[in-house]
Amino acid sequence: MNRREAVAAIGWILGGTMIGAELLVSCTSSTARVNKLFDQNQVAFLDEVGETILPATSTPGAKAAKIGTFMATMVQDCYKPEDQKVFLKGISQLDEACQKKFNKKFMEAAPRERTALLTQLDAEQKKHQENKEKDAPNHYFRMMKELTMLGFFTSEVGATQALRYLPVPGRFDGCTPYKKGDRAWAT
Amino acid sequence: MADNYYDAIVIGSGISGGWAAKELTQKGLKTIMLERGRNIEHVKDYVNANKNPWDFPHRGGRTQEMIENYPVLKRDYPLNETNLDYWVNEKESPYTESKRFDWYRGYHVGGRSLMWGRQSYRLSDLDFEANAKDGIAVDWPIRYKDLEHWYGYVEKFAGISGAKDGIAHLPDGDFLPPMDMNCVEKDVAARIKAHYKGNRHMIIGRTANLTAAHNDRVNCQYRNKCWLGCPFGAYFSTQSATLPAAMATGNLTLRPFSIVTKILYDKDTKKAKGVEVLDAETNQTYEYFAKVVFLNASTLNSTWVLMNSATDVWEGGLGSSSGQLGHNLMDHHFRAGAKGDVEGYEDKYYYGRRPNGIYIPRFRNVNGDKRDYIRGFGYQGSASRSGWGREIAEMSIGADLKDAMCEPGPWRMGINGFGETLPYHENMVRLDKNKKDKWGLPVLDISCEIKENELKMRKDMKEDAKEMLELAGLKNVETYDSGYAMGQGIHEMGTARMGRDPKSSVLNQHNQVWDAPNVYVTDGACMTSAGCQNPSLTYMALTARAVDHAVSEMKKLNI
Repeated sequence: MNRREAVAAIGWILGGTMIGAELLVSCTSSTARVNKLFDQNQVAFLDEVGETILPATSTPGAKAAKIGTFMATMVQDCYKPEDQKVFLKGISQLDEACQKKFNKKFMEAAPRERTALLTQLDAEQKKHQENKEKDAPNHYFRMMKELTMLGFFTSEVGATQALRYLPVPGRFDGCTPYKKGDRAWAT
Repeated sequence: MADNYYDAIVIGSGISGGWAAKELTQKGLKTIMLERGRNIEHVKDYVNANKNPWDFPHRGGRTQEMIENYPVLKRDYPLNETNLDYWVNEKESPYTESKRFDWYRGYHVGGRSLMWGRQSYRLSDLDFEANAKDGIAVDWPIRYKDLEHWYGYVEKFAGISGAKDGIAHLPDGDFLPPMDMNCVEKDVAARIKAHYKGNRHMIIGRTANLTAAHNDRVNCQYRNKCWLGCPFGAYFSTQSATLPAAMATGNLTLRPFSIVTKILYDKDTKKAKGVEVLDAETNQTYEYFAKVVFLNASTLNSTWVLMNSATDVWEGGLGSSSGQLGHNLMDHHFRAGAKGDVEGYEDKYYYGRRPNGIYIPRFRNVNGDKRDYIRGFGYQGSASRSGWGREIAEMSIGADLKDAMCEPGPWRMGINGFGETLPYHENMVRLDKNKKDKWGLPVLDISCEIKENELKMRKDMKEDAKEMLELAGLKNVETYDSGYAMGQGIHEMGTARMGRDPKSSVLNQHNQVWDAPNVYVTDGACMTSAGCQNPSLTYMALTARAVDHAVSEMKKLNI
């Protein structure tokens, strides 16, 4: 798909408004597309956002679950146009917030700077969610966090390594012992 | 021509159609089962049954395209990525809602037996006598004693797991071993029992999932993915149970893509002589002839077939002489209850995914209790440890969040009421001749709503839930009423009710159409009242009983 088609597609998805498309064009000039809404740079950016929310510890983090690609798929296919707009704009808002706080782009920030920034944004989204009208869109960072949680814990690495996954339990025992530190069942 | 003659025709292949086919063929009748949709072959066509969560691009969720294509399904949980192909294509098969009615349909071999909730409860005389005692609608023409044997008969074949709880108005059945309650549920059940001194019970759900190998079928593997079709055949469906039994007789012909457009009525014999079928793929019309017709197209579609079978004898359709055809549509109203936090039990967990929950049988307007409404409700629910989706207010992002979410969270428990709706004459369907489906056939126009009695009951559904959960020791108990639209229970019942009098009912005590006695309707359309129990087991029992009657009447040359 060339850019013209991409822009046309965006215009259609966003119900004729071009806000998302402008955003897209401004920051994606020659980058390969991942889908109609996202290019590779944005997916790489979302990988890092996801990894900051759920980092690699003794088990892999969200990036290992290809969280950026997952977010791109979900936002394109499942989000309403108004939510897509909030999400896409959120990518640049997040970057601007980083610029303001640390005077550098998010992709250039150190892990502890990223964590500090996203902790701040998480507080911001919690406040936004408490005060918003019922039907108003969620805060963009809530969207990113929700998609990261969903995408990671239902991914193969998340379900089988961070959690415990039993495709065929074979039996049911309603009362088993549990000790702190045992991982939760994936489903 | 001879190819079109059978001993029996079964219209529909869902729970009751499958049973009709099994019983008729096992009694030696050459039978054709007509299914309007495609075939779904057992195991082979359960294409998503062995997928992992990550094999679904949207992890089981719904896309904007799906929402656009399924304007009814999207109203509740059935719209999802994992079994979308089991739900009707709404663009091909629209209907009219003069008043909102959420109609969730499955047009394929097996019908909704593939996606059903599998909860299986007997009705009792509390239900069969209810209309007579309350002086509403008409009296059921049968009592529990008429159906008791047949409940046992179908339970033994279908494989229903449950405990013998000894509750008079929720009779015990011929059960496979019960599933386990978890530790929290066991303690809650004990506290409810102690507090209400045996007047309220919390029991393990009675479900059509095998807890032991049964009739060549494998026991449940506790994957809790029943709605995808079970590759182990461990829950009752047409495909896992009745269809193979019918096929084994050599007497069954299954014809998918066969939309029955009408039952052909013979004025001289005053009986049906067969059916007209529209091939859904070729649009060709065929006729099939038989001595007896079992109409099991699902509640509203069975009534549609009767209405579309109008002749100059009855312009309102076959079975319309009483004026009751299409009336008295019922469902179960739900989505009201309570939930709360369970303290403690941090050292307890469970193994496996139980496709079942707990059940609290009706306790309102029973045993001397009297409310400002009639009938009652039961609860379904469960306790479990919360997962990674829980909110932890003090947690933000990062390794701490991840570590916390990789462990199970606190226990929670919720119970959700399922209430009886009354058979209101004005809750009804009729043919909308101005709107046509993909095949040019008139569609149904549904007009239906709950009223005062149900709304009063919903208050108790919330408050009683709160009371029981609180006395069981739960904290932060919150009631909810998430709103309910008729149809959402996916328990549509009525519109061709059974009764004692041809002037006020469509079917007699054997499920025969009064106006054409060799036509039996044994799906949800026949229900005279709704009870509050999940109804499918009753359709199975009524079907087996009706086939037994039909075959004996055929032998006596009465039909």
